[in-house]
Amino acid sequence: MSVSLTPAAVNHVKKSLAKRGGGIGLRLAVKTSGCNGFAYALEFVDAVAADDECFETLGVMVVVDPRSLGMLDGTELDFVREGLNEGFKFNNPNAKANCGCGESFAV
Amino acid sequence: MALLQISEPGQSAAPHQHRLAAGIDLGTTNSLIATVQSAVARALPDEQGALLLPSVVRYLPGNGVVVGREAQASQSEDPQNTIVSVKRFMGRSLADLKEADGLPYQFTDGAGMVGINTVCGERSPIQVSAAILTALRERAEASLGGPLAGVVITVPAYFDDAQRQATKDAARLAGLTVLRLLNEPTAAAVAYGLDKAAEGTFAIYDLGGGTFDISILRLSKGVFEVLATGGDSALGGDDFDQVIAEWFCRQHGIDGLAALAPGAQRSLLMAARAAKEALSLHETAALSLTVADGTARQAILSRAQFAEISAALIEQTLRATKRALRDAQLIVDDITGVVLVGGSTRMPVARDAVRAFFDREPLDGIDPDQVVAIGAALQANILAGNGAAEDDWLLLDVCPLSLGIETMGGLVEKIIPRNSTLPVARAQEFTTFKDGQTAMSLHVVQGERESVAHCRSLARFELRGIPPAVAGSVHIRVSFQIDADGLLSVTAREQGSGIEAHIEVKPTYGLADDQITSMLKDAASASREDMALRSLREAQVDARRLLDATSSALAEDAALLSEVDLKAIQHTMFVLADALETDAALEALRTASAALSRATDGFAALRMNASIAKALEGRTMDSLT
Repeated sequence: MSVSLTPAAVNHVKKSLAKRGGGIGLRLAVKTSGCNGFAYALEFVDAVAADDECFETLGVMVVVDPRSLGMLDGTELDFVREGLNEGFKFNNPNAKANCGCGESFAV
Repeated sequence: MALLQISEPGQSAAPHQHRLAAGIDLGTTNSLIATVQSAVARALPDEQGALLLPSVVRYLPGNGVVVGREAQASQSEDPQNTIVSVKRFMGRSLADLKEADGLPYQFTDGAGMVGINTVCGERSPIQVSAAILTALRERAEASLGGPLAGVVITVPAYFDDAQRQATKDAARLAGLTVLRLLNEPTAAAVAYGLDKAAEGTFAIYDLGGGTFDISILRLSKGVFEVLATGGDSALGGDDFDQVIAEWFCRQHGIDGLAALAPGAQRSLLMAARAAKEALSLHETAALSLTVADGTARQAILSRAQFAEISAALIEQTLRATKRALRDAQLIVDDITGVVLVGGSTRMPVARDAVRAFFDREPLDGIDPDQVVAIGAALQANILAGNGAAEDDWLLLDVCPLSLGIETMGGLVEKIIPRNSTLPVARAQEFTTFKDGQTAMSLHVVQGERESVAHCRSLARFELRGIPPAVAGSVHIRVSFQIDADGLLSVTAREQGSGIEAHIEVKPTYGLADDQITSMLKDAASASREDMALRSLREAQVDARRLLDATSSALAEDAALLSEVDLKAIQHTMFVLADALETDAALEALRTASAALSRATDGFAALRMNASIAKALEGRTMDSLT
């Protein structure tokens, strides 16, 4: 079981945390919603719950709850710039289909 | 794939939800609604599990409305208030309805469309269709658990603007948002994924309960073009029931179906229908009828016998198919796929005939009753924004006949040519014909011919308040726009002042499919005659303009001319005016026009010199450089 970040993602998370002025890491989660069944969520972490799994990449802590971990195992989180947009992108080997808007996926 | 941002704990945004969208097959006999769930399109059943909703609406005293099977059951006891096959009346005026005499309804001549007097007062075909659509909407919302964001409704390929607009109006009345109207044969092709092919030519054989339609479609670059349509609006499954019933009567020495009591007629027709359906699965079927004296009569019908007695009906469909192919200028070998639509194509006799005619196995993997609704549902799902990025296709239709406006001399200037893909917008500039003209009348026509008289008039409107100016110096931009449903709006705008006139074209009555075909055929055979007529009319318009221009020039500057020259010009003017009045042939008119322009060459030069001299008066060379 593992979830990792690319160097670009690490860089941006560190900057974001510094800008926010608090927080201990990044939470990755999967919610059941959206047009294709599941959707990703990306949040700052202020407190770790008892059953959360924690992974560390280059000094950034990634927190995943056990329900989401099943669907996120092996995921690499990247930070990319596409045209005028920049943001995080999930490279999830578990996702079989993405919806047109890209906000949700199916496993 | 969207890019995500980091949110505060517990505040990550929920992505948009699946928008509920559905496809509706609003049929003459039956209607149904389908939707895409978990990437699979399926028709939605009602509470009793029935997929087909009979397109029957019954009005009850006290404003009650019953739709579907229940209404159908009361058809014979309350025929005046039970409306069947309302689709045949959509967008039709009383004058259009040839068969109105044989129907039990009290028709009224409504504005542009018939009305039907019922126990609830007058009802338009739009209201009746809206009742059917409302029943389907309620069914979908109950089974999907939420309001529909939008629907795609299918219409026959030959439906004209009036019929399409009426269908859209009915949907609005039923509280539905129409994403698109889609041609029925196109929807069937979509259901089979034929639109995924690069290109091809397809025949859609649609034998329903009471209508037969054959459509030839060509797909190229993701656009379906309707090459030809044909069929018989009074041929369907009911006719097959009829021949079985007549056969039964012959077997038992009964003097035809009409000789039976109405109750016995109905039960025999129902038995015939059951036998017909049984023959789709079994080699033989039994019929029985209890006659007036209480005895039961029986008969066994075999497939071979059924094929024999229904041969004439099948032949009728094949004749229409041949005609459609001929209209499309194709032969059987050009067809790359055949799709079966309509419940009656379940009959082995129909399938065998189609297979033999096209010499290929027709596509029949999807239930022929549902195939149109399923294609519409697939399209609705994508238009509602639920599709995945890679199949973000947009299905396009084409306009069946050219659209244009009338110009001087009764000619048609085509603005949107036939078979343009929809939606489309085209504009062209026009100008005034007379000096000081302040209004322009615009006449929108549809058709392939060069002269207005041979095209169909769609609408007329006027652009007023044009600033007075010399003929030909005003720029009037006329834009035609057809939205994705094939509805036309026309705008005329005077470029200098910005004054504008606009019209939404809702024709008061429509063209039938055979009229479209015959208009196309006329255009093809008459094109040479049209060209000659066009040249003549253009020459006439030119001649009139030349005469007008010369007389106004003479009025101003006749003093510049010597008497001899003036006489010469006046003489050539007279000759030309005479040629115009006597409707001279093209050559004579051209010669006379040419003579006048030669005669006025010198005059034009004189006028030019005079006006330059006037402009230069009192100026030195220095002030000009």
